[in-house]
Amino acid sequence: MTLRTESSTSTGRIGDSPQRPDATLKVTGQFAYSSDLWMEGMLWGSTLRSPHPYARIRSIDIAPALAMAGVQAVLTADDVPGINAYGLDHPDQPVLAEDVVRYQGEPVALVAADHPEVARLAAERIVVDYEQLTPITDAMTAVGHVDWNTPGRTGVPSLHPDGNLVRHVKIRTGDPDPKADVVIIGEYDVGMQDQAFLGPESGLAVPAEDGGIDLYVATQWLHVDQKQICAALGLGPDKVRLTLAGVGGAFGGREDLSMHVHACLLAIHTGKPVKIVYNRAESFLGHVHRHPARMRYEHGVRRDGTIVYVHATIYLDGGAYASSTPAVVANAATMGIGPYDVPNVRMDCYGAYTNNPPCGAMRGFGTVQAAYAYEAQLDRIAAELGLDPVGVRCRNALHEGSRVPTGQLVDSAAPVVELLHRVEALPLPPPVDPSRLDLREQPGGVSNTTHGEGVRRGVGYAVAFKNVGFSEGFDDYSTARVRLEIVGGEPVVTVYTAAAEVGQGLVTVEQQIVRTELGVEKVVLAPADTRVGNGGSTSASRQTYVTGGALKAACEAVRAEVFDVAQRCYGRMVRGLRLVDGKVVSDTEGGIGSLADLLADTVVERTVEWRHRPTYPLDPETGQADAHVQYAFAAHRAVVDVDTELGLVKVVALDCVQDVGRAINPQAVRGQIYGGSVQGLGLAVMEEIVVTDGLVRNASFTDYLIPTILDVPPMRVELLEYADPHAPYGLRGVGEPPTISSGPAILSALRQATRQPLTHIPVHPDHLIGGPVALTNPE
Amino acid sequence: MRITCTVNGQARELDDVWEGESLLYVLRERMGLPGSKNACEQGECGSCTVYLDGETVCSCLVAAGQADGREIRTVEGLSDGERLHPIQQAFVETGAVQCGFCTPGLLVQIEDLLRRTPDPTDLEIREALAGNLCRCTGYEQILEAVRLAAGRIRSTA
Repeated sequence: MTLRTESSTSTGRIGDSPQRPDATLKVTGQFAYSSDLWMEGMLWGSTLRSPHPYARIRSIDIAPALAMAGVQAVLTADDVPGINAYGLDHPDQPVLAEDVVRYQGEPVALVAADHPEVARLAAERIVVDYEQLTPITDAMTAVGHVDWNTPGRTGVPSLHPDGNLVRHVKIRTGDPDPKADVVIIGEYDVGMQDQAFLGPESGLAVPAEDGGIDLYVATQWLHVDQKQICAALGLGPDKVRLTLAGVGGAFGGREDLSMHVHACLLAIHTGKPVKIVYNRAESFLGHVHRHPARMRYEHGVRRDGTIVYVHATIYLDGGAYASSTPAVVANAATMGIGPYDVPNVRMDCYGAYTNNPPCGAMRGFGTVQAAYAYEAQLDRIAAELGLDPVGVRCRNALHEGSRVPTGQLVDSAAPVVELLHRVEALPLPPPVDPSRLDLREQPGGVSNTTHGEGVRRGVGYAVAFKNVGFSEGFDDYSTARVRLEIVGGEPVVTVYTAAAEVGQGLVTVEQQIVRTELGVEKVVLAPADTRVGNGGSTSASRQTYVTGGALKAACEAVRAEVFDVAQRCYGRMVRGLRLVDGKVVSDTEGGIGSLADLLADTVVERTVEWRHRPTYPLDPETGQADAHVQYAFAAHRAVVDVDTELGLVKVVALDCVQDVGRAINPQAVRGQIYGGSVQGLGLAVMEEIVVTDGLVRNASFTDYLIPTILDVPPMRVELLEYADPHAPYGLRGVGEPPTISSGPAILSALRQATRQPLTHIPVHPDHLIGGPVALTNPE
Repeated sequence: MRITCTVNGQARELDDVWEGESLLYVLRERMGLPGSKNACEQGECGSCTVYLDGETVCSCLVAAGQADGREIRTVEGLSDGERLHPIQQAFVETGAVQCGFCTPGLLVQIEDLLRRTPDPTDLEIREALAGNLCRCTGYEQILEAVRLAAGRIRSTA
């Protein structure tokens, strides 16, 4: 470690929790979100979407829409000048549907008008003649399986040219036919969760005089958007320029394109700026969701609780288009037995095309679904053998030096046992005191449904296991440009990066890294745009690691140049140079000079493209590979009260201990853990997009519930900081783990309280009522 | 239609407002006050909370015509123009702001809470804010901000 803080007066360095640079704008209402953008003479765009999950388009009549006063353009697939296909993994999704629609909500036509309501009404006037087809709505059926991992179904129509299997990842390690004392089999399914970011999909496309387009948009990855938009518009990257507009949350839901190409098409066609803002119902249809999962797990264990083998089969419903399904499948497979050391593993994970809404990235990315299954299995092992649930987890826990089922060595801290012991040691909430009962703390709340009658308490534990960064050989890098100059006698650093701030606080961390590395207080962040090199995705808990790594490296390059300048001024080599509070100082010779004097008019600027250590593709037959960059771990303990007569739940406590490697900004780290834990709580007890026959039944915040402040308990959070020697500052990705383990811990607590199997996530009230059920293996 | 109202202390007059527009739309698109946010447009999320004649409302559920002749205060009117309001300052300090989309509505709702209940318990805070959704923070640091702001406001009152 070379960080020295003792002589610095700065408080915005790494390890501190300085104020967000955008905080004042955000609390005064001045921060410009993508939905706030406005230009003189701009038009509003609206999207006509398919009402059917699967249908052929016989014809489209746009004349009634064009006839409306105020309408300036109506566009269909015929108006897409480039390739009418996009996608994160491979381009299988049309910008606008051509001859077929494959999900309810698929965009079919666009309108631009001078008022948003005119645009919306005009879109409704477009006449589309559909021939409805029978949708495929089950992933196992879609891939032609008659039973778990059993092909044999014939005659299933293909939704895409290469069939309905998006990807099958196999992992095979150890003895293919292992023997165990006890076999525990469980089947679980997880519903479709929505990211439910509050800021709707939106942006403003501005046609430029050079025939190009400038798009201001809320996204997680400007450059991957740009690449797809260029292909659809038939324009080069010099003509398609993206700037990040204010992002109102993301959570994976902004990795795919939404209104991007649509607004550009309308703007180019009309020659005017065009703004598109989705309303909430459209947002539910307009972005990908977390994959619903069906999972069957078989654990073979010794009587002492040691896991001998795991055989698992997972089906992930990818919906109508691939999006990031291939990577989600790999994550579910490779992380799918959890943070446990198991010698014999057979895992089959399938991603399927169906006619359900497309699914892709959401915080946790394939590991959330699997965690519900593996943690339920661990509890059943404990119950079956009469062992302590935490004890069984500790007995089987991964450690540094373990090998995961892909054969990869865990080569930095994996403190699973310590996380469990620490979260177990946190104080439990007191039992309910009937004499001081407050309805707001009861299941059912102020609905006044119980004063404690029929309420049972449960406590449950779960551990998260997540890969950080992009895996499987993906060239995962970020670019940072750092410019140091003297302005008005003071050193100022300007940071240029295309990395997307989506609310998590990357902008704060960027300033902290610069202050730490360059000892300069004033750090200006240039707007994130595509004029600077690729910053990679704001996902996979990777930005502090990868863009942070790039920024650290760029600062080091700037610093080296500054030291050269200083030594030239000083006339000789000086040892032990550092930058502190705008000055160059030497450990041996003291102050060398201020940056203002040493640099004067010299501008020092460096750009660095930075990569984490390489990863490798999975072997297609065995799934063996060093596929991941870094592993992250968190443990939760949940305490619940359940009204077992009405099936109502109150989560009483939700505590978390997480190893973060190095807390670059402890306040922001805690914010990630609190917020991530609550998204997990939502999936556990309330959040599910209900899809029947391919149709979404609850596309609103009235019918799709996310946790309110009354649904959330007080949360204790403890951080461990075991440095990862491979990562910048030793840090470990933080954002996703808490979303993975909080829900399974709640399910574990609910099972303890109710003695019900609770194999569907989220739990519904009717799952929680009734007498205890013995948990047995399915027939 | 024509609408005359007072917004953040200033008299405003608007012509050619379409009857179907909400107060939220008029604030955001016609008055240049986009601080109030549109996240659900059905009164579930609280992001558009403003004062209407001193009462907090979801401005997405108020027809523009209903605002005629009335007094409106939005997030843009919370600070005195020089210093942040203590609730705003507390949000900045405690990490209660992440993406910030829920923040404007929460700030207005919290100001209303603290005017009525200067020293709220955590349960009172939770009950008062149950109509304001936040997807980023898990609410923990919002609670911290309310406690911090309440203490500061009481000590200066």
